[in-house]
Amino acid sequence: MHPAASVILFNTFSGLGFGLLFWLGMGAIVPTGTGAFVWFAIAYVFAVGGLIASTFHLGHPERAIKAFSQWKTSWLSREGVCAVFALIMMAIYGAGLVFAGTRLGLIGFIGGLASLGVVFTTSMIYTQMKTVPRWRHWTTPAMYLLLSVGGGALLAGQVKVAAVLLLAGGILQMFAWGSGDMRFKASGTTMASATGLGHIGKVRAFEPPHTGTNYLMREFIHQVGRKHADQLRIITIGLAFVLPVVLLLLPFSHILAALAVLSHIAGVLTLRWLFFAQAEHVVGLYYGKR
Amino acid sequence: MTQLPPPSAKKLGLVIDLDTCVGCHACVISCKGWNTENYGAPLSDQQAYGANPSGTFLNRVHSYEVQPDQGAAQLIHFPKSCLHCEDAPCVTVCPTGASYKRAEDGIVLVNESDCIGCGLCAWACPYGARELDAKEGVMKKCTLCVDRIYNENLPEEDRQPACVRTCPAGARHFGDLGDENSDVSKLVAERGGFDLMPEQGTKPVNKYLPPRPKDEMPEFDVLAPYLEPIASDGKGFVGWLDKALSALPGGAK
Repeated sequence: MHPAASVILFNTFSGLGFGLLFWLGMGAIVPTGTGAFVWFAIAYVFAVGGLIASTFHLGHPERAIKAFSQWKTSWLSREGVCAVFALIMMAIYGAGLVFAGTRLGLIGFIGGLASLGVVFTTSMIYTQMKTVPRWRHWTTPAMYLLLSVGGGALLAGQVKVAAVLLLAGGILQMFAWGSGDMRFKASGTTMASATGLGHIGKVRAFEPPHTGTNYLMREFIHQVGRKHADQLRIITIGLAFVLPVVLLLLPFSHILAALAVLSHIAGVLTLRWLFFAQAEHVVGLYYGKR
Repeated sequence: MTQLPPPSAKKLGLVIDLDTCVGCHACVISCKGWNTENYGAPLSDQQAYGANPSGTFLNRVHSYEVQPDQGAAQLIHFPKSCLHCEDAPCVTVCPTGASYKRAEDGIVLVNESDCIGCGLCAWACPYGARELDAKEGVMKKCTLCVDRIYNENLPEEDRQPACVRTCPAGARHFGDLGDENSDVSKLVAERGGFDLMPEQGTKPVNKYLPPRPKDEMPEFDVLAPYLEPIASDGKGFVGWLDKALSALPGGAK
């Protein structure tokens, strides 16, 4: 799959932003006044900034309002509805803390859960794709949630929780990669089933439909990610999980905490790039590629 | 609405005969021509005359080489367009309701004025039947020439998809695959028509007819063995000559 920068930025920063909103809503930290304003501003810049970035890859972003209508069947629509609901709830909760110094616990709780709902619905957009066997697995939503909650805890300064969640995230990510490597083969979709010609003999793509490239090949066939997968996986594990945990375990200082956050963000950006670049869409089989 | 309608009795679709297709790409051109000038946004090209041409097509013809365990390889031309699936995954993923399946005849269409160009339907389609137009920013797909098949301004023989109308080999057939007595349904039953990627669970309406087995040519030329021009047995005079020439400096071994 083509790793579109807008979608990678959205997945990374909105995940962190909604993760932070989750911890704020749950009352892990209860700032008031100006302090609360800063916390909520950081969370909203990440969450909303990511959402805005995600509209950059649309052909017609001016019609985005229509995307709230099909929540009955579409995970993308559900994500939109959930995001607006979570952002409104957390804005009310945040306003209570900033302007009145009051904690509206129930609203925060609902907003916090809805924030996780956004991350879950996002992950299901990918998980539902039968055409991309690597994504169609419980590890996809589990990894999205774990990264969001772990990254959110890191931003919220929840040192012990963040260390445990990031460690768990690293382990689950390695499992997701390992099991994901087998899934395309296990899906049973092959050039033989794609063309229905397997009963005659071995099928080979002889001539593509056009001399040039096309939308399908640009969008779905991406081989650079797989070429460097091993190195990128090591970089991801190091930056997103190991280095932040090591920095968290050192005696606390704001510089080390900031470094941990930066390292984690760089690692998650790499992870997300790999998430797309490594994923193979079955349509590539028609071109004799993956 | 992107909820799929209950399965329609009428299932309009195509039957493509892989035995007959000659790979001339006439269907590709007629499809592009009709659908650029008619329904919805035109199918744009980028750098059509440049070094790296690319464009939107609703129908593409692949060619595959199939090598049996024994005997010669077969070359099979393979046209591919939207299969108007009964369980169309492209429809349900659409966030805006732009993508829909018609309850009356099962045709899968895009309402382009509602399409935000997110591309998710193309992700959900295993067949590569949908292409996002680079100029218009909306999703394009085969409409089964919905603006031809019901068009009473056209002569009756033209009321079929442009690709079917133009195919010089008669490799493409259009009809109601929901009616088991229709010509297309009978053709599918007779020739053993099959689905592409059945394991994806999309239940395509379009069917493909398999290539017929190649004829075996019997050996009828009685003189052929005596005219064998290649000496590979290495006996007698030829064998001696072979060895003698090989022994010379620089001789082929």
